[in-house]
Amino acid sequence: MASVTIQQVRKQYGAVPVIHGVSMDIEDGEFVTLVGPSGCGKSTLLRMLAGLEDISGGEIRIGGRVVNDVAPKERDIAMVFQSYALYPHMTVAENMGFALKLKGEGKAAIEKRVREAADILALGPLLDRLPKQLSGGQRQRVAMGRAIVRHPQVFLFDEPLSNLDAKLRVTMRAEIKDLHQRLKTTTVYVTHDQIEAMTMADRIVVMRGGNVEQIGKPLELYDRPANTFVATFIGSPAMNLFEGSPADEGFVTRDGVFLPMPGDYQGAAAAIYGIRPEHLVIAESGVPATVVVVEPTGSETHVLVKLGPSDANLVLRDRIDLEPGQPVRVAPDLAKLHLFSAQGTRVN
Amino acid sequence: MTLQQPALAATAALARPARRRDKGRLFQEIGMLAPAVALLTIFLIVPFLLSFWTAMTNQPLVPRPTPVRFIGFTNFLRILKDDLFWISLWNVSRFTFWILPVQCGLAFATALLLHQKLPFRNFFRGLFFLPAITSMVVVCVIWGTLFQYPTGPLNQVIGFLSAGRIQPIDWLGDPNWAMFSIVLLSAWQAYGFQMIVYLAGLQGIPDELYDAARIDGANAFQRFWHVTMPGLRPTHVFVLVITTIQAFKLYTQVAVLTQGGPRSSTETVVHYMVRTGFEEQKLGLASAVSVILFLIVLVIALLQRQLLRRFDV
Repeated sequence: MASVTIQQVRKQYGAVPVIHGVSMDIEDGEFVTLVGPSGCGKSTLLRMLAGLEDISGGEIRIGGRVVNDVAPKERDIAMVFQSYALYPHMTVAENMGFALKLKGEGKAAIEKRVREAADILALGPLLDRLPKQLSGGQRQRVAMGRAIVRHPQVFLFDEPLSNLDAKLRVTMRAEIKDLHQRLKTTTVYVTHDQIEAMTMADRIVVMRGGNVEQIGKPLELYDRPANTFVATFIGSPAMNLFEGSPADEGFVTRDGVFLPMPGDYQGAAAAIYGIRPEHLVIAESGVPATVVVVEPTGSETHVLVKLGPSDANLVLRDRIDLEPGQPVRVAPDLAKLHLFSAQGTRVN
Repeated sequence: MTLQQPALAATAALARPARRRDKGRLFQEIGMLAPAVALLTIFLIVPFLLSFWTAMTNQPLVPRPTPVRFIGFTNFLRILKDDLFWISLWNVSRFTFWILPVQCGLAFATALLLHQKLPFRNFFRGLFFLPAITSMVVVCVIWGTLFQYPTGPLNQVIGFLSAGRIQPIDWLGDPNWAMFSIVLLSAWQAYGFQMIVYLAGLQGIPDELYDAARIDGANAFQRFWHVTMPGLRPTHVFVLVITTIQAFKLYTQVAVLTQGGPRSSTETVVHYMVRTGFEEQKLGLASAVSVILFLIVLVIALLQRQLLRRFDV
């Protein structure tokens, strides 16, 4: 196990910069997810950590050692790929023991370590099979087995669940988290799925356009997003944002809708008013709105309403009978208000 | 059960129009296939079957007043008793034995080179493929000039490089060299096709496997041995078998450059067949040769299927 330090790391392909000086510290044994939309540079950063991509500038340390120019095999890391990258002509056992074989370990030692890893992941009965004889979930587990067999200092996961169906993804998510809790190996996990990031990570790094937007614990990011990008990226349905300006004990949206706002925020230079869907409730004292779409999910009901000409999403835990076209009144929970400047930075 | 019955009825009701649709689709498919099937039948299947029949007769090339007779396996026996046939079979076997490593090796090496991220890669891919789209007759004429004895360019280069110690070689006139010369020019002309097949094979190996191997600690040679080579197994089998079949059909080079000589050292089965059919005008006999060649190629193709199946393609 080891800590990982990334300091002002940059990457450019020719003249095109893709990572613009990213810095973060990952503690020993921590589970960190890099999350962001496609093309935000999260996979490139992970590949730079693995040594599969050169670093154009900055410094990467694993366990205190600068690894900028260290070959992947000498970084003491293991990586799980999106496509699993299992060697198709090798059995599960051979796949898992390949790195040890290359290291020149003895046959008995390899067998013992493979057996141990197989026991952890319940792969015992599959050891003699070829990857093509396995299901997607089993392949995923073999890929993880290949990683843990080496007892690396750091695990790197590159969108490992993207190729699985939704149900299996949930199961594997829990399995990976459980594995981390047992092994306590420092883990860097790349995903574009914010639910995956929220549920698995000790800390989340939100990236956009080659920059870090915010680093924090999952609930910190959810409760206090640093900017409108993080506010809308984390959470589903996304946070409701209304552009406008403060006025008379409240906030007037650009479309002229009046929203309540506590007086102490009046001088906060707020230009964007944000409220999460579950913090908008139906209340007599609220702002007039019209129901557009009602989506019951069982545990909660998603409601799309029109606040004047703007759309707003509500998530209701109580089962209330609502019909499209029905006039309602919605009120924000003022303690859960998010205010952002015109540039999108948090101001409250 | 009671619950299931309405469901079953509904399924049947849905299935009926589906079957009607299937029938319409079947006609459509037959209609689309018909031209290709007709052309294949007229130009491939019928002549192929006719050759079997002709091989059992004394059919001459030009019709004669004497009637064509069914003579059973006489033609086959005559061929199998003809030394020249066995020499030609031995020659194509020799040719195959040499051309496999030369042509496939050249193709594999070039493909590996052109798979690297080199500048002007696509230009070189096109350049190296050029001989494959050049007519074999043209290639033969060019190489015929290169091979000239004793003052051809090839001999001059060898003489220069060896400072005159190696005497000029009679590439096409010396029975010991003639077949090897044919191998050289054939490999040069045809390796482009195998190169493309290898390139496709190389591109089919996912980059992530190489990444995984790098992280597992494999050096360049180990990545080649543990990722590239196993990934190309089916490609190797395909290339070897295709090259073997092509080699057994060797004809143009021999017809243009040596006519089977010197002293039958470059006589091949197809050249022997053409001579029997068109020079000796014994169409029945030539057909029998073609049937034997077909059987040889068929055996190779069946072996290919077995090998490919073993490599799970």
